[in-house]
Amino acid sequence: MWIYEKKLEYPVRVDSCNPTLAQMILEQFGGPDGELSAGIRYLTQRWHMPTNQAKGILTDIGTEELAHWEIIGTIVWKLVKDVPIEKIKGTPFEAHYVNHGKSPFPHNAGGYAWTATFIQSKQDPIADLHEDMAAEQKARATYEHLLNVSDDPGVNDALRFLREREVVHYQRFGEVLMGVQDYMSSKHYF
Amino acid sequence: MKEKEMSREDLLRKIQELEFAVIDLNLYLDTHPENQRALMDYNMFTSELIRLKRMYEMKYGPLTNFGYAPSQYPWRWIEDPWPWEIEY
Ligand SMILES: [Fe+2]
Repeated sequence: MWIYEKKLEYPVRVDSCNPTLAQMILEQFGGPDGELSAGIRYLTQRWHMPTNQAKGILTDIGTEELAHWEIIGTIVWKLVKDVPIEKIKGTPFEAHYVNHGKSPFPHNAGGYAWTATFIQSKQDPIADLHEDMAAEQKARATYEHLLNVSDDPGVNDALRFLREREVVHYQRFGEVLMGVQDYMSSKHYF
Repeated sequence: MKEKEMSREDLLRKIQELEFAVIDLNLYLDTHPENQRALMDYNMFTSELIRLKRMYEMKYGPLTNFGYAPSQYPWRWIEDPWPWEIEY
């Protein structure tokens, strides 16, 4: 069961109309290392986890990622909602616009649609937790690339918050991995 | 500033701040369940968060549905602004 809270995890201020930046930020809405991938990846891996810490952290980080997905969608929407069509023509957002209008849609910055092939679940906690740690680092790197191309102070503030969360998630997954390794070696799995 | 006089935005930001502290402590406690200091903080921030959310919901309608908060008449859950419509 999930409960929706009618608020953002972090307030999103956007200081410009910028369809090109919106298109780039869609990378984290529907790209391989984006927030949708993260949420679905972790929530999908819960069933076979051997320790309660692992089940808890996948549930809780997976849920937080969905809140981040909402933040990203809000940034994208606020960047384009008041932009006149003339200002969309000729930008990288134009191809998105002809299909989806101004609605956010889960594809990456290049327009490639979100697919479950972006995630993995192996029923192998060691393999899955390594995937999750790598995913957090890749998400962090993506946020740094986005910060390099964005010059909207409000957007940058939210991107920095999201970048910092990836660092914390990476840390927590590392701790869970150590616990799972202890558990498995005490059970003589290897 | 007195809480009763806080604007909607200030109250919401205060809730966001507190809830963020609680989210972060929650993840920390998942992997450090025996850390009493973190647990005390979690419980303290949680009661404060519940209090502020009740105050916000009395004025501006439910933050959560499905039986987590009562609603005044008429059904306030669907009132705007929705989270993506708020200008900070
Ligand atoms: Fe994350």
